[in-house]
Amino acid sequence: MSAIYILWLRQLKRYLRSRSRIIGSLGQPVLFLVALGFGFGPTFQKAGQGNYIQFLVPGIVAMSVLFTALFSGIEIIWDRQFGFLKEILVAPVSRMEIMIGRTIGGATVAMIQGTIVFAISFLAGFRPPSAGNLAFAFVFMFLTAVLFTALGTAIASKLEDMQGFQLIMNFLIMPLFFLSGALFPVDSLPGVLKMVVAINPLSYGVDGMRGALGGITHFGLSTDFAVLSIMAVVILAVGSYLFSKIQL
Amino acid sequence: MNNSIIDVKHLTKKFKDFVAVNDISFAVTKGEIVAFLGPNGAGKTTTIKMLTTLLVPTSGSVRLSNSDVVSHQEETRRTFGIVFQDPSLDDELTAWENLEYHGVLYGVEKNIRHGRIEELMKFVELWDRKNALVKTFSGGMKRRLEIARGLLHHPKIFFLDEPTIGLDPQTRNHMWNYVVNLNKKENITIFFTTHYIEEAEKVAQRIIVIDHGKIIATGTPKELTIKTNSKTLEEAFLKYTGHAIRDESVSSADAMRARRGMWRHH
Repeated sequence: MSAIYILWLRQLKRYLRSRSRIIGSLGQPVLFLVALGFGFGPTFQKAGQGNYIQFLVPGIVAMSVLFTALFSGIEIIWDRQFGFLKEILVAPVSRMEIMIGRTIGGATVAMIQGTIVFAISFLAGFRPPSAGNLAFAFVFMFLTAVLFTALGTAIASKLEDMQGFQLIMNFLIMPLFFLSGALFPVDSLPGVLKMVVAINPLSYGVDGMRGALGGITHFGLSTDFAVLSIMAVVILAVGSYLFSKIQL
Repeated sequence: MNNSIIDVKHLTKKFKDFVAVNDISFAVTKGEIVAFLGPNGAGKTTTIKMLTTLLVPTSGSVRLSNSDVVSHQEETRRTFGIVFQDPSLDDELTAWENLEYHGVLYGVEKNIRHGRIEELMKFVELWDRKNALVKTFSGGMKRRLEIARGLLHHPKIFFLDEPTIGLDPQTRNHMWNYVVNLNKKENITIFFTTHYIEEAEKVAQRIIVIDHGKIIATGTPKELTIKTNSKTLEEAFLKYTGHAIRDESVSSADAMRARRGMWRHH
């Protein structure tokens, strides 16, 4: 347990010490929120779908969580290149603890980013029905953060260079985001696209947060919860296995 | 029960067609100071990596303190401390945090840990810089901090892979005095590699010479000098390993990576 705590603490400290990272990674979500929110808002309203900002905010929060969580995997590659990974790997700590510690650490950072985006969205006119709804949304935010941090970390454990990681991330992030229902309702999509959305884990994070905040859910909250939890556990297990296979 | 604290039998590591370590066997007795000498690319670092669970041997076995490094990884990891050839600190953390986190990872109790950190940081003369970020440290300071870190959890065996590279003679001297002292006082077994023959001569009770992945000689510095009919240990070393200059520092793992990369890009 203390190993998990210390790995978590390390990542949090590193994050809090790099202000540029905190501010830099807010640019994209804020741009999406403002441009899309105000750009498509009136059309959305006219089509009888209600307030677009209310609809969009869970999607944008999920997006900032997705970006931060997946990219936190790059820290493994940093650690590999700067040597700190050796220090962790020779420690008498199970690889499962290392994987969990790193994942919780990265997920915490992703949640801080998500929380900041939530706060900014208040300025854009977003209002949750109640504080309880907001707390409920944080449950889904946490699961989404854990799932994608674990995924990013598992992928990074197999890679040695940053460029490779960046390439894979670029390949993954955009489809995950655009085909998740973050920006538009899923119900009226054509069949094939609907299926793609259904196999995208981010869709369940977006849907869960949206449902928790009083919006309409597509899959149902219990399905969202189950899919996110099971996938998170599976990826954590795979990641632990990959960690145990790292040789330097 | 076996009396040796490090027991290596028929250890081999192959990277595809390249044999980095070729069927070596040796044993180190508890409390011994052993130098592992060899030219660049002889297989020293690959051996240390296998001894410290970072690489899995292709064949053969390694036992530390009577437990096998492959089947009992966590137990063996607890028994040793290590200073790696390349830096392995977290630059974004302070010196104190680096040691504190290490202590927690190794399960050292808080009240013991904090006293030990202070003692070690004072010894390596970094106590007044304890709250500085490691990225502001010079190469020598980082080395000293790594030595302190490696000793924090009271290891039975201390591995040092080229520990004095980049240190000035004063610090080097100071460091070895401390290590020898530690060996006497706490009976820690020391296993180190170095490029400085005079260090091996001064510090080590026994020297193991490795070249091309094979152990080619072992004995006290004196024995090796006499056996080869040399005046100095350096001369003996050159007689064992030849005068040809080796490729600088391409470790076997790097060579393998380079080869893999080559295929990937074609």
